[in-house]
Amino acid sequence: MRARVYVTLKPSVFDPQGRVVADALLSLGYEDVKDVRQGKFFEVELDGGDPATAEARVTEMAEKLLANPVIESYRVELLRS
Amino acid sequence: MTFAVVVFPGSNSDRDAAEAARVLGERARLVWHKDTELGEADAVILPGGFAHGDYLRTGAIARFSPIMGAVADFAERGGPVLGICNGFQVLLEAGLLPGAMVRNRDIKFRCEFVPVRVDQVDTPFTSACAPGQVLHLPIAHGEGNYYAPPDVVESLEANRQVIFRYTDRSGAMTEGSNPNGSVHAIAGICNAARNVVGLMPHPERACEAPLGSDDGRIVLASAAEAIRDGRFRARPAAAASR
Repeated sequence: MRARVYVTLKPSVFDPQGRVVADALLSLGYEDVKDVRQGKFFEVELDGGDPATAEARVTEMAEKLLANPVIESYRVELLRS
Repeated sequence: MTFAVVVFPGSNSDRDAAEAARVLGERARLVWHKDTELGEADAVILPGGFAHGDYLRTGAIARFSPIMGAVADFAERGGPVLGICNGFQVLLEAGLLPGAMVRNRDIKFRCEFVPVRVDQVDTPFTSACAPGQVLHLPIAHGEGNYYAPPDVVESLEANRQVIFRYTDRSGAMTEGSNPNGSVHAIAGICNAARNVVGLMPHPERACEAPLGSDDGRIVLASAAEAIRDGRFRARPAAAASR
């Protein structure tokens, strides 16, 4: 079973890298860009076939390690393939 | 007295810290991160650098180093622990200090001398300072932008846990004197028990005048003095296990 974890800085935390990327996009002429938030993406491969267990375990992993809950939020997505 | 300096793979200020202790006439021992005991130690230093390559987040992997159990135990027993730069980031990720680091506000890696004001002198690493004393210390970091949620910052301020702040040379906080965007210009904090201190500037790199400043001596000298007169000492391990 595979899961995807998306980690981004919380909306309340300023993202200097995202801001620089947004400015670069504006420089390229994409004047409709209002903001960019940069984040991290993890693909986790797991043993076991029960989706509910897998989701619970990956959520726990995100909480304990993949994200720092002080500054980051995360989203877990299960791949049913 | 003896400073135990923890060496992580990727530490680069470990020998600077040990040398700073020797400059003061104190002993320093390097302790490998895979060790599980600190051995002889009156104070512990987590040095600057890029522990474990800063993979995932700065300090995020170092908290799993085997030595960190002994460091947490030493801190719990009231032993003085100083995290410098990357060592501060490790203390944050390990939960020994509150908050987190994000990229510097202007994205740049800042490597320069800055004025740093000592706001509280009742910690082992500032006890020899005068309140409000401004130290001339080097910084060298890309992720020193201290962040904590507003309620945490409020409690840090209320409990006088903000120990060091970025200011101008006169000790005034100005728009231009904050090099990285840290909330409340925070350069260093302590825990509630006041024995664990973390700061982004490098006092150990400013212990001899030819290096540009010897203002940093007072940080380790404070610890040496505070430990000798018994103000900050780790309680014996047996007492803490109850």
